[in-house]
Amino acid sequence: MNRNSDKRKSLLVFLGRRWALIFLVIESLVFSFTTEAFFSLKGIQIVLFYGTTIFLLGTAETFVIITGGIDLSVGFVMGFASIVSAKIVVMLTNMGVPPAISILLGMLITWMIGLVPGYVNGSLVARLNVPPFIATFSMLGITHGTSELLIRGVPAKNLPYLANAIGNGYFIYLLPGKAISFFNKPVIQRGELLLEIIPNMVVIAFVFILIFAFLLKRSKFGQHIYAIGGSTDAALRAGINVKAHLIKVYMISSFFATLSGTVYMLQYVTGKADAGAPFLLDAIVAVVIGGASLYGGIGTIGGTILGCLILSVLETGLRMMGVPTFDKYIAVGVILILAVLIDQFFPELIHREE
Amino acid sequence: MGYVLEVQNITKRFGGLVAVDNVSMGVNAGEVVGLLGDNGAGKSTLIKMVSGVYHPDGGKIFFLGKETRINNPMDALFLGIETIYQDLALAENLNVYSNIFLGREKLKKILGMIKVLDHDYMLAESKKVLKKLEIEIPSLKNRISMLSGGQRQAVAISRSLYWDAKFLIMDEPTAALGITEQKKVLDLVRLLRSQGLGIIIISHQLHDVFSVADRLVIMRRGEKVAERITKDTDPNEVVGLIVGAETVKR
Repeated sequence: MNRNSDKRKSLLVFLGRRWALIFLVIESLVFSFTTEAFFSLKGIQIVLFYGTTIFLLGTAETFVIITGGIDLSVGFVMGFASIVSAKIVVMLTNMGVPPAISILLGMLITWMIGLVPGYVNGSLVARLNVPPFIATFSMLGITHGTSELLIRGVPAKNLPYLANAIGNGYFIYLLPGKAISFFNKPVIQRGELLLEIIPNMVVIAFVFILIFAFLLKRSKFGQHIYAIGGSTDAALRAGINVKAHLIKVYMISSFFATLSGTVYMLQYVTGKADAGAPFLLDAIVAVVIGGASLYGGIGTIGGTILGCLILSVLETGLRMMGVPTFDKYIAVGVILILAVLIDQFFPELIHREE
Repeated sequence: MGYVLEVQNITKRFGGLVAVDNVSMGVNAGEVVGLLGDNGAGKSTLIKMVSGVYHPDGGKIFFLGKETRINNPMDALFLGIETIYQDLALAENLNVYSNIFLGREKLKKILGMIKVLDHDYMLAESKKVLKKLEIEIPSLKNRISMLSGGQRQAVAISRSLYWDAKFLIMDEPTAALGITEQKKVLDLVRLLRSQGLGIIIISHQLHDVFSVADRLVIMRRGEKVAERITKDTDPNEVVGLIVGAETVKR
């Protein structure tokens, strides 16, 4: 009998640790059968295209959550970055700078500016012992207000056409049997089949996500992030400069939020204060679905990406079925509460021992 | 004879309170000294001055015969003075070998330039140090949260030893453990003594201290009130000294 209950428990543990993957497969199957558009090259790319924001904000949040903190400002830092980058690009273009260079400069300068909110968040948390949710909640207000001040009700517009071409272009264009082209959309005759593979913005997002996932998993820097999340005392006594480390983590978070803002600027060819606001909940939920603990010390970028895919598939699938996406918000809220409860009462069910 | 660690007339005040008052003591290599006293007697303050957490207001600290200033915990670690606190200070979410190497991770280069953690090396080295200490832990890839109290204590000790400790301070090493595990940890302390370390043990468990310590130093209200060779005294006398019931001969 005992043996049987052991078996049942290990089955539960097996399923518990893979529930996210199982859920993703089931969800995708359901949408493949209930909608015509989902299971196609186009459908999958829509999932990725709409997922870019969650992928980036989820990555930002993963770093902070592993330290046991939370960053509520990512959504509005993203909006702020979309406006700042749009303004800079328009300004440079008006000064006669070629579009390609204005866009490149606009993004780089915005990435620099985007480190500031993270530095302030990190300093408040690490040096002045402000609870993370208070520090970053204040930053949410500050970036929101600053964004509104910058645009004064008029959205940033008149971006060069090139922004649209990059933001909505694809990595690979394929004319089956005839030609292949990278980045440049070939001119085609009517009726010809052109395959567009992997949106540019997804490529950019994943270049950065992969670099930082590597940093988190394999480097000493990443290892110390986990140590701080596990026990600040242990980290301190091991000689780790916990304060400096935390500040860097919050800066990574706001860098990804900023990156997401510049990606938004290219995708939607505008800047908007609340561009990222609806995705804050999604980003946190994706991290938790991915197996991270809100108590800190546990979590991976791989898990977060899985969580992001679940949410993006849900969103895309429901839209294709014509279901209003309010339902998604309810589902997401419920998933978050359930995941946190399981984390609190049955941690061994979802976290690996090793 | 030369002490590994010696303090002379060391004093620490917190405002008007004298937490440690003119205390002198020393520990030889290969010797275990039990530091005893009631709560608030000044034991913790004394060892925190040695481990660099507090800075003494008066007196001297000698390490390996040389007068030394220990300004912060890193200084102490650098000298080879390791302190194992009651809460052990392990990162529970990391595995055994990551804790042993925490803060001093071994790196290797890949692709000729990128430095990454060298898990294989850290695992192999950790295995060696645990073997030397005759500690058995099922898998060094297990997270600390999977281990028993005694195993955690053993990991904390191995970490200190791997980094070449010459002197070990243990704060209540057996307090949170079951009977079998207490015995294992005490055996480990004896093994370390036989390998030539100087050790100070703070404990309220008189039985444990008597079974492992060579010498006892007893403190009361910040002062050192007595020093005894363990085999020349008994728990009754020591309890009397701790609470101050007997007239004290220094």
